[in-house]
Amino acid sequence: MTARMDAKFAALKEQNRPAFVTFVMAGDPDFDTAQAVINGLPAAGADVIEVGMPFSDPMADGPAIQLAGQRALEAGQDMKKTLQIVRNFRENDDTTPIVLMGYYNPIYIYGVDTFIADALVAGVDGLIIVDLPPEEDEEFCLPAIKAGLNFIRLATPTTDDARLPAVLANTSGFVYYVSMTGVTGSALSNPTDVAEQVNRIKGHTDLPVCVGFGIKTAADAERIGKDADGVVVGSALVSAIGDSLKDGKATKGTVSAVHDLVADIAKGVRAARA
Amino acid sequence: MSGANSLRMGPDERGRFGDFGGRFVAETLMPLILDLDKAYKDAKADPSFKEEFDYLLKHYVGRPSPLYFAERMTEHLGGAKIYFKRDELNHTGSHKINNCIGQILLAKRMGKPRIIAETGAGQHGVATATVCARFGFPCTIYMGAKDVERQAPNVFRMKLLGAEIIPVTAGQGTLKDSMNEALRDWVTNVESTYYLIGTAAGPHPYPEMVRDFQSIIGKETKEQMMEAEGRLPDMLIAAVGGGSNAIGLFHPFLDDRDTKIVGVEAGGKGIDTDEHCASLTAGKPGVLHGNRTYLLQNYDGQIDEGASISAGLDYPGIGPEHSFLKDSGRVEYVPITDDEALEAFQLLTKLEGIIPALEPSHALAEVVKRAPKMDKDQIIVMNLCGRGDKDVFTAARHLGVDLQGE
Repeated sequence: MTARMDAKFAALKEQNRPAFVTFVMAGDPDFDTAQAVINGLPAAGADVIEVGMPFSDPMADGPAIQLAGQRALEAGQDMKKTLQIVRNFRENDDTTPIVLMGYYNPIYIYGVDTFIADALVAGVDGLIIVDLPPEEDEEFCLPAIKAGLNFIRLATPTTDDARLPAVLANTSGFVYYVSMTGVTGSALSNPTDVAEQVNRIKGHTDLPVCVGFGIKTAADAERIGKDADGVVVGSALVSAIGDSLKDGKATKGTVSAVHDLVADIAKGVRAARA
Repeated sequence: MSGANSLRMGPDERGRFGDFGGRFVAETLMPLILDLDKAYKDAKADPSFKEEFDYLLKHYVGRPSPLYFAERMTEHLGGAKIYFKRDELNHTGSHKINNCIGQILLAKRMGKPRIIAETGAGQHGVATATVCARFGFPCTIYMGAKDVERQAPNVFRMKLLGAEIIPVTAGQGTLKDSMNEALRDWVTNVESTYYLIGTAAGPHPYPEMVRDFQSIIGKETKEQMMEAEGRLPDMLIAAVGGGSNAIGLFHPFLDDRDTKIVGVEAGGKGIDTDEHCASLTAGKPGVLHGNRTYLLQNYDGQIDEGASISAGLDYPGIGPEHSFLKDSGRVEYVPITDDEALEAFQLLTKLEGIIPALEPSHALAEVVKRAPKMDKDQIIVMNLCGRGDKDVFTAARHLGVDLQGE
């Protein structure tokens, strides 16, 4: 449903503040803990939730998210269970947009048409598929958009002005600007460059532009949130889960570790334009 | 020969061989892939590129490699005449160098002097480090941590050649994880870096480009066969891991329908076990490392680990053109087990005085099965794509011989 996404960004624009987009991995470190983490994200300050679909070979991810995916897979997570997490979340929350993020193969194996139908029923709003560039739009992007899902595309520093229109052509919901060349969880880029890039992309689209890769603290979020329409935090949250574990298993502190960090970074997001 | 029904026309503009191949990469890499495609098209159209490639193949690699009639092996098997295409005599000991020469010339042309590569057993790593030394380019090789331990001689060779070796512990620390890690490096260092992929897989244009550079094997074979026998062979046999030596031999023959073509996969401990690498025989189509192809994977699309006595075949995917050739029925793909390969390894050593690598030993095991059933005037050409020096420790271990006193 694209309506939830559009309504959320419209409401935030009204409040003149950037969106806080949080990423966690479905099933990390186990199904129930991940469900509790995700269910509590909106109350902790998240505006949009990205849920990672674990994959054995996450080629664009740094160590934190790789490990999160491995933990989830070892705990028995699969695509059916990932969609179940979204369905469960929707029982109590019908306004927070949910974006599934991951790689194409698990969707391809699930079956493109079945996946789209099941994702809509579960209450998914958008998709970010890292290894589907516009050159492969016919595979999955076009049928997903036709069915009413947002297809959120990554734009990167290597996406120049000549290429940007092709990247934006079938993008909906928001544009995810990856603030550097590199994998998830690397160091944050210079905020001035980021502002320039956000403005460059805004010159090509009316969609909100959210910025991710390297944002770890409230201070980072505050700086980036001045110019971006949204701030994406992933590796830091996933690391908070990793750090809370004992012998690879969730502890009493796991869920609160994520929610406390989200609440803290949310303050930065809310202060960005205050 | 390359009319509408030709099997040699692929890939199309989108990098597809039928439904296989493509460009399934992150946006950060997409502009690089497009640049590479353009640079490769330009290079192909430039006679000076081919001239330099041919010169280095002749004077640096030592091509053409001989097409050798294996008289005693033929006699022993008592059927078809057996010829070996001796790519194990190349500089660095395998076919890998053909592709490395082509790609380093392209990297030079593109002004991208920092070279990265993945390697399993170390053959592609050694070939890459070799061409980097020859051209004075810095070289970083990603290699699974377990392989770094198991393949100490190749690690030492690469270091001597000036390469930096990065042991990969992410994931399971195998060849596919090394490829993931090389892709992560490339995504980070896009401006300076050229990713020199070692097999005919990955996003377009790699499968096409690697095939083109390796096709020298099949082109020479055709000429040499005409000279030796005045006709084309009845059968080609080659081992497939990622599939670069095999596609190099097969491609020039794809439209010669009287020549039967057989690709041999690593059957490990048997394809009814979990320990094999037979992606075409036992896998199903999926998307990994930039292309759609047959993959070993579970019900959820998670990629399985491959397993084989031969580290060079130990990859859960396969070049997309092989997937296309399987589905089109032009090439037959069969598995050979570790034990069968090991037996063939010893047989060739004893009968012909050639110690083969474990990869072509798989192809040889298939020759051993097929030749006796064929007539004496029929001809098989097998790609002897690597020499066995690197494998003597592995072979000794499997044969119960203690070489290192461990």
